[in-house]
Amino acid sequence: MNAPDKPPLRQDRPFTAYGTALPSRLLLGTAQYPSPQIMAEAVAASRAGVVTVSLRREQARGRTGARFLELIRDLRTHVLPNTAGCRTAKEAITTAQMARELLDTDWIKLEVIANDDTLQPDLFGLVEAANVLTRDGFKVFPYTTEDLGAADRLVAAGCEILMPWGAPIGSGRGLANPYGLKTMRAYFPDVPLVIDAGVGAPSHAAAAMEMGYDAVLLNTAVAKANDPVRMAAAFASAIEAGRQAFEAGLMEPRDMAQPSTPIAGTPFFDLPPPRAKP
Amino acid sequence: MTQTTVIRRVRLNGKDLKTAAVTLDALLSESGYGETKVATALNGAFVPARSRATQALTDGDQIEVVAARQGG
Repeated sequence: MNAPDKPPLRQDRPFTAYGTALPSRLLLGTAQYPSPQIMAEAVAASRAGVVTVSLRREQARGRTGARFLELIRDLRTHVLPNTAGCRTAKEAITTAQMARELLDTDWIKLEVIANDDTLQPDLFGLVEAANVLTRDGFKVFPYTTEDLGAADRLVAAGCEILMPWGAPIGSGRGLANPYGLKTMRAYFPDVPLVIDAGVGAPSHAAAAMEMGYDAVLLNTAVAKANDPVRMAAAFASAIEAGRQAFEAGLMEPRDMAQPSTPIAGTPFFDLPPPRAKP
Repeated sequence: MTQTTVIRRVRLNGKDLKTAAVTLDALLSESGYGETKVATALNGAFVPARSRATQALTDGDQIEVVAARQGG
């Protein structure tokens, strides 16, 4: 699907974020694993080039943050801090500024949450925060929806990547609105698009890649698997397969069957078709 | 000459406390954050590490002290 007056989606484009070429099309969260060791093994098995982290209140004399940072540094991936849990643009902006100082990166996964039940993005707060943060030198990765009006405003604010949800965070429901996501892909052929949230199974990730999405960001589906390390590897394979399929070019679905075996030379073909039995 | 110590009531990471600290930096040291790598916000606004020593505290201030954690 191509949008009118838009260039066709390129199938040979590497995945880049703000000019940084990323080795993998999987971005992985670091939360909810059975142990830090399993998290580290899952990240390695996933071959993710980016991991997400958060900021939380630190205890006095606490070493939790320092120990976690050491673990993350040892992964040798890019670190993408998030503003998870922020409910206003102001909270998200302050969190981003704290993250930049702590983690020494100007990347920020911008989340402004509108609703506690669905964790859906507050698109108004998101655009407001994105405008402030990009002017302040941040490279903003906005967690958004498939809404094209909001996406246009995020791009106008200076976002060079967009991360629409597949489904609500942690729901594992996959791509809830494939039509909307296909439209978004067609509408933004030149903007890296990452499916963020709601991916529950490798098949969901493969579907996103077959649609031409540049990458997938997920956490719970790996962390909460019985075997997170094997699931991480499964997602890596699915994402690679989906991307290869997209680059190879998928066939168009047809309404009616069409034989794949040649008709020419079929024995008995000159006989009249059998009648339906009573 | 005597100097009056002013006690301020502030809220640090959601907990109310009384402090004689005059600056954010002093409060962090007094509260046991001296050696910990943290980021700070005062009344919802970011305070860079370099500004903590000159950031005065007033009664009713709300302070957030955060570090990196697992996230999705």
